[in-house]
Amino acid sequence: MSQKISEEIRQRYEVVIGLEVHVQLRTETKIFSGASAAYGAAPNTQVSPLDLGLPGVLPVLNMRAVEFAMKAGFALNCEVREWSRFARKNYFYPDMPKGYQITQFEHPICEFGHLEVAVDPAGLAPGADAPQGAEATKKVRILRIHMEEDAGKSTHVEGQPYSLVDLNRAGVPLIEIVSEPDIRSASEAVDYLKKLRNIVVYLGISDGNMQEGSFRCDANVSVRPWGQEALGTRSELKNINSFKFVHDAIDFEVNRQIAMLESGEKVVQETRLYNPDKGETFSMRSKEESHDYRYFPEPDLPPLVIDSAWMERVKTTLPELPEARRARYLGELGLSEYDAGVLTDDFLLSEYFNEAVAACPKDAKPSLYKSVANWIINELLARLDGETGLADVKVRPPQLARLVQLIDEDAISGKIGKKVFDEMLASGAEPDAIIEAKGLKQISDSGALGEIIDQLIAENPEPVADYRAGNNNIVGWFVGQVMKATRGQANPKVVNKLLVEKLRGDA
Amino acid sequence: MKNLNELTIHQLIQSFESGEATAEGATSQVLDAIEAGAEYNAYISVFERDALLQKAREVDAARAAGKSAELGLLAGVPIAVKDNICTRVGKTTSGSKMLANFESPYDATVIQKLEAAGAIIVGKTNMDELSMGSSSETSYFGAVRNPHDIERVAGGSSGGSAAAVAANLCLASLGTDTGGSIRQPASHCGVVGVKPTYGRVSRYGVVAYASSLDQVGPMTRSVADAALMLEVLCGEDPLDATSSAREVPRFRDALGKGVKGLKIGIPKEYQSGEEGVDPQVLSRVREGIDRLVAAGAEVVPVTLPHTEYAIATYYLVAAAEASSNLARLDGARYGLRVEADNLSDMYNKSRAEGFGDEVTRRIILGTYVLSSGFYGQYYGKAQQVRTRIQRDFDAAFEEVDVLVAPVAPTAAFRIGEKSDDPLTMYLADIFTISANLAGIPAMSVPCGKTDEGLPVGLQILAPAFDEEMMLRVAAEVEQ
Repeated sequence: MSQKISEEIRQRYEVVIGLEVHVQLRTETKIFSGASAAYGAAPNTQVSPLDLGLPGVLPVLNMRAVEFAMKAGFALNCEVREWSRFARKNYFYPDMPKGYQITQFEHPICEFGHLEVAVDPAGLAPGADAPQGAEATKKVRILRIHMEEDAGKSTHVEGQPYSLVDLNRAGVPLIEIVSEPDIRSASEAVDYLKKLRNIVVYLGISDGNMQEGSFRCDANVSVRPWGQEALGTRSELKNINSFKFVHDAIDFEVNRQIAMLESGEKVVQETRLYNPDKGETFSMRSKEESHDYRYFPEPDLPPLVIDSAWMERVKTTLPELPEARRARYLGELGLSEYDAGVLTDDFLLSEYFNEAVAACPKDAKPSLYKSVANWIINELLARLDGETGLADVKVRPPQLARLVQLIDEDAISGKIGKKVFDEMLASGAEPDAIIEAKGLKQISDSGALGEIIDQLIAENPEPVADYRAGNNNIVGWFVGQVMKATRGQANPKVVNKLLVEKLRGDA
Repeated sequence: MKNLNELTIHQLIQSFESGEATAEGATSQVLDAIEAGAEYNAYISVFERDALLQKAREVDAARAAGKSAELGLLAGVPIAVKDNICTRVGKTTSGSKMLANFESPYDATVIQKLEAAGAIIVGKTNMDELSMGSSSETSYFGAVRNPHDIERVAGGSSGGSAAAVAANLCLASLGTDTGGSIRQPASHCGVVGVKPTYGRVSRYGVVAYASSLDQVGPMTRSVADAALMLEVLCGEDPLDATSSAREVPRFRDALGKGVKGLKIGIPKEYQSGEEGVDPQVLSRVREGIDRLVAAGAEVVPVTLPHTEYAIATYYLVAAAEASSNLARLDGARYGLRVEADNLSDMYNKSRAEGFGDEVTRRIILGTYVLSSGFYGQYYGKAQQVRTRIQRDFDAAFEEVDVLVAPVAPTAAFRIGEKSDDPLTMYLADIFTISANLAGIPAMSVPCGKTDEGLPVGLQILAPAFDEEMMLRVAAEVEQ
C-alpha cells in the first residue's frame, strides 16, 4: 500500500522525528548478576538464579555498566547526575523472568545533552536557503540517557504450540539514549544514528553491532503542516536493525501519515513494525492496547550516587572521539577532508591508522602520513575480503608504516612496494625481510646504474640515434630496459636523470 | 533436669562444653519433640534425621578433639527457619500452593551464615502464605496452633517459627518481619523476637514480600540468645545491595548493663483505649515499664503524631511491592503450572489456582495503587507519609533512648475468629508496622501472661542500628 505523494504535497508538511536508541553495553557480566554477558553462547547457559527470576534473589548493580553509561553521557554533552535511581517496569512477558524490567524512570543517570548532525536541506521549510557554513550542522538535543536490563529472547516455532525462551540476554546492560524531536528528515535520523553509533564504539562501551542487536533504534515519527506549533500524532517504529531500514521505514511512515491527513483521515497513535521485504510499516499495537507499566522505585537497589571524584576519574578515561580525531587528522597530520572522513568513520580503521602513525619516525613529514592514509584506504581496504577484517589482517600497522617509509625513502619503488605488500598480506613477514630475501632493494647507485645504461647505449645505436634526432619518447623504452635488467629494482628517478644525461652525451 | 530441647542456646552450649550433652543428643531430642508436637503444625518440612544426626556427630567429634575454639557460635544448636528462606536442602514453599514443590538451587545468605556458625538446621517452619497474614492461618499447609492454647493462633506471619521455639521444637528459629511478623507471633507465643534495623541482615534468598520492609530476625527463648543469633546473622552481604556496611557489634556485651539513667519513651498514641487494646495487655505492658522504672530508668512521654496513618501507609507500600515481587510466580519456570491453551491463560490460571485469598487480595490492591492515574494518590502519598513517620521517630529519639509499646492489641485470638474480616486482622499489626516503615530495630520480649494464661509481649523500639540499646533494655524486662 505504498502511497505516492507528490513532491508538492510533501513539501507542505514538516517532518518531526525523535529517536530512542538502545545500546548494549560491552561489560563482562550482566547489569545485576555475575553471569557472563557475552553474545552467542548456547541458549540458557549464561544465567544465574537472578536472571531466572528465582524467588529470593536480589539485583546488585554492575559498576562497570555505570561507568560506561557515564562515558556515554560525557561524550554526548550530557549532565551526569550525582543521584539517580532505578525503577521497576511491570509487565508479564515470557522473556521477562521477574515479571518486571529494572530500568531508570524518573531519575535517569544522564540528562540534557546534544549531538551535532548534518542538516538535510530536504527537511527545511520550502524556500529556505540551502544550509551553509555553521548552518550546515545543527544540534539534536538528547533528553536523557538511562540504564536498564535487557530482556531474554523468545523464538516462536512455526506451527508449534510453544515458544522457546533463551535467557542468556536477560540482564545484559543497556543504555537507552532518548532524543528530543529535533530531527527533520530520514537522512538526519540516519546521520544522527551513524554518529551515535560511532561514538559508542569509540568509547569502547559497545560493539555497536546492529545485526546482533547491540544497537537498536525506535523512531517516533509525526508530521505537521509547516507553521503549526502543536506536534502531530506520532507513530512509534520499533526495533529497526539497519541504517537503510531506518531511512526507508521513516520515509514510508512520513508518506503514509501525509496521505492520511491529505485524505482527511486521522493518524492514530500506535506502535508499528517495519517489514523490510515489503518496504512497509504495519501496526503492532494501538495506544489503547498499550501497557500500564506501573512504574515504582526499585526497592531492592539503593539510589545510585556518583561522587565528583568518581566522575572525574571516568572523565579522564574518555578516549579521543570521532570529531576531535577528524580535526587532528586534518590539522596536525595534514590529511584531506575525504581521507580524514573515511578513516574516522570507522573506529577500527582509525585505530589502525593511529597505530601506523605512531610507528612512523618522530620527525616524519606530513606527506608520509598522507601516504600511510592512502595505502590504508586504497590498498589495504581494497584487499580485505569478507573473511579477513582489519582486526586479523596479517599486515599490522607498524609494518605498513615501515613499508610506506621505505617507499618514501626510495629504498624501493612504489611498484615494488605493491609486490612486497602482497607478500606481507600473505605471510605477515616484515617488509625489510621480504626485500632482503628477494633482493628487491632499489638500486639508486649512479655508478651501477650508469654501467647498465652505458651498455644499453652501446648495444642500441638505433634508438639512441632516434633520441638524438628529437624523439624524447624513446626515453621510456630505455627506462623499461633498465628496469628489466634490474628486475624492477632501479630507482626510476635516478635512471631517468642518468639516461637523459647519457643520451645527450653530457656525461 | 530439663530436656536438651527445652534449654536456651547458652545453656545448651554450656552443657556441650561441660560434657553433659552432645549435639547428637540435642538434635535427636529436638526431632523427637517435633514428632510429638505435630499438633502445633509448626513445621512445613523437617529435614532427614540421619543427615542431621551425622552433622551433629561431626560437631561432637570436633569438640571431643579439642577443637572447640574453631567451632562457630552455634555449633551443634538445632535451629528452625521460616519456610520463605531458601535452602538447597528440601523445599522452600513460603506457605503457598504456588511454591509447594519448589526446590531452591541455592542457599539464602542467612542459611550460609547459620551453617558457617555450626547450627543444625532441622527444618522449615509454617507461615502465612508468602508472609501475608497476622495469624499464620493463611498457610496452604494449614494453620499453626499456639502451644499455650491449641485453639488459638500462633500469630503471623512467622507463627511456625514462634510456635516451634515456644513448644521446644527447636532451640531458636528465624522469622521474617515485614509489618510485625516476628514480634507479633513472638508476643503471642511468649518468646523473644527481634526485627533488626533494615539492612542489618541480608535478605538474599528470602522470598520477598515487600522488599523495602522485609527483614530477617531471630526468635529465641532469651534475650541473650537473640543477641548471639544477631551476631551470627548481621553484616554486609555483597549479594544484597540494601545490606549495610556497618560494623556488627558484639551484641552480647550490651546485656547486663542495666537501665539506670536511660530515658524510656512512651508514645501517647500507643496507650489510648481508642486502638482497642485489651486492658490486660495494657496492664502487663505497664508492669514491664514499672520494672524498668524500678531499675532506674526514667519514663518520658513522647508523641508519634503520624501513627494513625501507619496502617494505611503500610498496606499501600507493602501491597504495591508485593504485587511486583510476586509477578515472577507465573507458572513459566518453576512452581505451580496450570496448563492452558495460550500463554495469557496459563499465567491467569496458574496464579488463580496457586494463590490464596489473602495473597490475591493484596496483589489486586497493589496492582491498583500502582496503576497509572492512581500512583500519586496512593503509592506516592504513602511514601510521603512514610517519610513523616520516620521523622516522628527521629524526633522521639532526640528525647529518649528507646520507646516501649505493646506488641499487639490483644493476646492470641481464637483460630477462625478474625479470618473473615481482613480489615480487623490488619489492625493486629498496628503497633508493629511503624518500625518497618521507619526501618528501625524493634523487638518483642515476654512481659507476663493474661488471666487465661496467654503470653503478652512488650515491644522495645530503638534508633536505627542501635540494637545494643534495645537488647540492653529487653534484658531488664526479661528479669
